[in-house]
Amino acid sequence: MHKRTLKWIVLAAAIAAPLAVQAHKMWLLPSATNVAGADPWVTVDAAISNDLFHPDHHAASLEQLVITAPDGQTAKPANEAVGKYRSVFDLQLNQQGTYKLALVSSGLSASYELDGQKRRWRGKADELRSAIPRAAKNVQVTASSNRVETFISNGKPNDTALKPTGQGLELVPVTRVTDLVAGEPATFQLLLDGRPAGDLKVSAIAGATRYRNAQDAITAQTGSDGKFRLTWPHAGMYWINATTQDDNSGSKFASKRRLSYTATLEVLPE
Amino acid sequence: MRRLLLSCFALALATPLVAAELNLTVQIPEQKVAEYHRPYTAIWIERADRSVAAQLAVWYAQKDSKEGAGNKWLPDLRQWWRRGGRELALPVDGVSGATRPAGQHQLNFVDGQAPLGTLAAGDYVLVVEAAREVGGREVVRVPFTWPGATTQHLTARGSSELGAVSLDINP
Repeated sequence: MHKRTLKWIVLAAAIAAPLAVQAHKMWLLPSATNVAGADPWVTVDAAISNDLFHPDHHAASLEQLVITAPDGQTAKPANEAVGKYRSVFDLQLNQQGTYKLALVSSGLSASYELDGQKRRWRGKADELRSAIPRAAKNVQVTASSNRVETFISNGKPNDTALKPTGQGLELVPVTRVTDLVAGEPATFQLLLDGRPAGDLKVSAIAGATRYRNAQDAITAQTGSDGKFRLTWPHAGMYWINATTQDDNSGSKFASKRRLSYTATLEVLPE
Repeated sequence: MRRLLLSCFALALATPLVAAELNLTVQIPEQKVAEYHRPYTAIWIERADRSVAAQLAVWYAQKDSKEGAGNKWLPDLRQWWRRGGRELALPVDGVSGATRPAGQHQLNFVDGQAPLGTLAAGDYVLVVEAAREVGGREVVRVPFTWPGATTQHLTARGSSELGAVSLDINP
């Protein structure tokens, strides 16, 4: 191969690579992660976008919202609204401690051919049989499990709401998750169905991507104990994400399961 | 004469009659701004591992007022909040107080008495943090040795929300 041709191939690959990973990002964005006082409230945005944290694509569904209060019970949001580009809800923090806010979804997606045309379907596992026509050919079914979280502490933080459910990809904070400081390393653990998720890549991207020319992601790799460490280069809201796949789809129709974990974490200046 | 010498010697050996003390001066600078609110200010002593050895003062709007709604804004004293402020059941007698105006504020803390309590001999850092509504936030740190062999005069200076901080220690 000519040296010159090789150079062009390398260049083309370099240009294509960033586009490939530029999938839409789902996030929750709280107005504060540390609150106090007699009647603390936060307001939270939920969206799917390209720029962090600018709603520019699609609102996130609040039907998937699960709020866990510091006592481990489920809390209810207030003033829910679904807009074109973002959803919004408020949360009154009646208890002292740490709240976990999560958009949790799992289901199946299928691709198939019907009358020579490619088709796609997304839905719950029990809807699959009725959704795919009998005449469909080349049916490929994949299970998915997604979790998008953020955390808020009212007064002194606690760990009750942070207990993992044992389903899908989950984060267990080792460093207090609402106490993150620029320049200080923070440790977390990733679990897959409750067991340490080793050798996964975790990336963190600071918000306000619109005002810079690169994603500037920082990355970490989980150890065999599922633990990873990130040192925040500066203060801000960070979007952290890890994905993986396995064969535990939980459905006899799907051979593979795709899993994703996302959190929005606030990092304060020292 | 011999008796006098002996008694002088004994006096010198005896524990000092005056307990060790910290004399602190904190300057809150004047701000040339259209909208001014007195800063929330916290003063505490950190051990080498940054844990809190003593909470000395926290000045904040204790009631709903035009200065702010009670303790809602206390987390803005970010370091103090994280290092233990959030664990206090406010108000704390002798620690919490109203926000203070611009000027020099003198504080005296005595060994064995609240809020300083009994501090083990060792190296510490006095920390002063100030956060002002619609203004800035600043932390000034003054390392010191307690109680030390001789009188210590230590100073540090903030550049925005805090002015001169001086710490005089009498062992």
